[in-house]
Amino acid sequence: MPKDYKDNMPISRRKFIEELRRYEKGSVSRRHFLGVTGLGFATAVMAGAVPGLRPRKAYSAGELGDRVVLATWPNYHDEANFSAFTKATGVNVQVNVFGSNEEMLAKLQAGGSGWDVFVPTNYTITTYVGEKLIEPLDLKMIPNYAADAFEPRFADAGTVGGTVYAVPKNWGTTGYVVNTKHTKGKKLTTWKEFWDITKTDFSGRTMVHDYQLTTIGNALKYFGYSFNSVDPKELADAEKLLLEVKPHLFAINSDYQPPLRNGDAWMSMCWTGDGKQLNTDMPEMEYVIGKEGGEIWSDFYAVPKRAEHRAAGYALINFLLDPAVNARETLAHGYPVADSRTNKLLPKELLEDPILYPAQELLDTLEFGAAATLTDPNRAELLARFKSA
Amino acid sequence: MQGKWINRLLLMPATAWFLVMLVLPLVVVAIFSFGERGAAGGYVPAFTLDQYLNLPARFTAFKNTLLLAPAGTLAALLIAYPLAYFLAVRASPKWKTILLVMVIVPFWTSILIRTYAWIFILGGRGIPTLLEFIGIEGVRLINTPFAVLVGIVYGYLPLMVFPIYVSLEKLDKRLLEASADLGSPPLRTFRQVTLPLSIPGIATGCMLVFILLMGEFLIPALLGGGKVFFIGNALVDLFLQSRNWAYGSAVAATLVIIMLVTVTLYMKLVARVGEQREDVSIL
Repeated sequence: MPKDYKDNMPISRRKFIEELRRYEKGSVSRRHFLGVTGLGFATAVMAGAVPGLRPRKAYSAGELGDRVVLATWPNYHDEANFSAFTKATGVNVQVNVFGSNEEMLAKLQAGGSGWDVFVPTNYTITTYVGEKLIEPLDLKMIPNYAADAFEPRFADAGTVGGTVYAVPKNWGTTGYVVNTKHTKGKKLTTWKEFWDITKTDFSGRTMVHDYQLTTIGNALKYFGYSFNSVDPKELADAEKLLLEVKPHLFAINSDYQPPLRNGDAWMSMCWTGDGKQLNTDMPEMEYVIGKEGGEIWSDFYAVPKRAEHRAAGYALINFLLDPAVNARETLAHGYPVADSRTNKLLPKELLEDPILYPAQELLDTLEFGAAATLTDPNRAELLARFKSA
Repeated sequence: MQGKWINRLLLMPATAWFLVMLVLPLVVVAIFSFGERGAAGGYVPAFTLDQYLNLPARFTAFKNTLLLAPAGTLAALLIAYPLAYFLAVRASPKWKTILLVMVIVPFWTSILIRTYAWIFILGGRGIPTLLEFIGIEGVRLINTPFAVLVGIVYGYLPLMVFPIYVSLEKLDKRLLEASADLGSPPLRTFRQVTLPLSIPGIATGCMLVFILLMGEFLIPALLGGGKVFFIGNALVDLFLQSRNWAYGSAVAATLVIIMLVTVTLYMKLVARVGEQREDVSIL
């Protein structure tokens, strides 16, 4: 967790209730539970459960309803922003945290997700559109979205066939974080080294993500193949490597912060923001982008079809895209935004941070995940075989 | 005639419940298991045996389940029996209630939270650190099959304790006195009187724990680090990650069949033991 101003304040009554709810629901570390069980829903923040704390509404009563359900990723918002939204609209934000896009897709496919807004990654959006799971966005309801303010390469994936289905939230990279206390002075720079050291000095200390895109993609990188490969021969090579490495892994889990912090694990596949958060608290934690390449991604806000609190969902997206609000989000979670208006409000040292903004020659090697990679049945089954091996 | 109608009427809710909640889902599982995965996941109707032919791909998950579930049941039995015996036979009435409550108290907290506690106990800063104090270094417990075994034994122990406790509690103490009067040493009394009379409890406890363990997924997921995979974990993965409903249904149907076979064999075994002793008639 990044140290921020909230840590210095006494716990508020509401915050306490939130923490208690979270504890009762077993999400001591929510992310962990979600990641490993694949259940993908620990409903967390239920401010609405405490009627006495409900703030007065600035909107006329009932206009937006009293709640909105957001499905998103761990450590990905500034909770103070949600409180501000509730204060302004009377709408309480209920957050469901997920561990992978596969889980989100599975939930929407099964029907009745109950979400009003969710946060899909670039490569999933055409699938959601194809499966008719999300609605074309009514941009009139999101005046804070200014298309020309966003860097196209992080915003384009939201538009399918000329229609905007999703607006950009944050972007980032997937590299790995390594505890340099254990590398004996050796500087790791590649995915090859990531896998090789796991089989030797780091045996029993490495973690990989619990979903196929990055775990298989970065194993493909060992051989110099494309991150997105669906070629059966290349996938067979990746599977061989994964099975060989499996006995040396500490865990297959997308919740890597706790074991890295307590010293059980020394290295893990890692997203930008987690790398930043870990590095801030433990300078020996180094964020590495493999020289061979890997993933660059962009997350979006989208609205599922038949959302129950649709208007409140749009209001939330619009609120979070307000540059001032968006800047606070980035300060809290450490993921970059592609919105030039927001970047104007961010401190210079953050905009020059090498974890958030890696050197161009590293960025150039990275690939966006492809829709075909997400839905490829062989990749899905490969990871499942690897896990159950 | 009227009694028959009342019977039918009273059985209606249970029948409806079983039809909707048990029979119907099982039929759906059976149908899906002959289908195919949709392009983006899910299910498309088909008639193929491919899903069943692919079952060997989950061999390790079946193997882990079929090894660790009986191992966990046995370990729970070995730990629970002396405890239940002490509670039912030896503990003074005053203490008995307090001790029984202490066995139940953990149930007031969700198994999820109690399993989380084990993550810390077995993790690097838990038992391994304590062992380092006495000079044993390099022990790793978390994310191993042993950790999973500890977790399941811990989680299911009360389910084993109570049936055994109940069967020992009912035990007529005069039988023990008679056995002693007739010259049996305590061990023989236990072997020939107490143990046979507690077989119903043992049988029930083992059955409860075993059936639940076969479907377990939470404890392996949390204490096995995604590396120790039960069939339950394979199912969660197939439905919530790789979205292969057809294959998931085939795996689920296979698990149901394995359970039916093992439980039937088990009941037969217990029934045979029961036949040999007229005082033991259960199930």
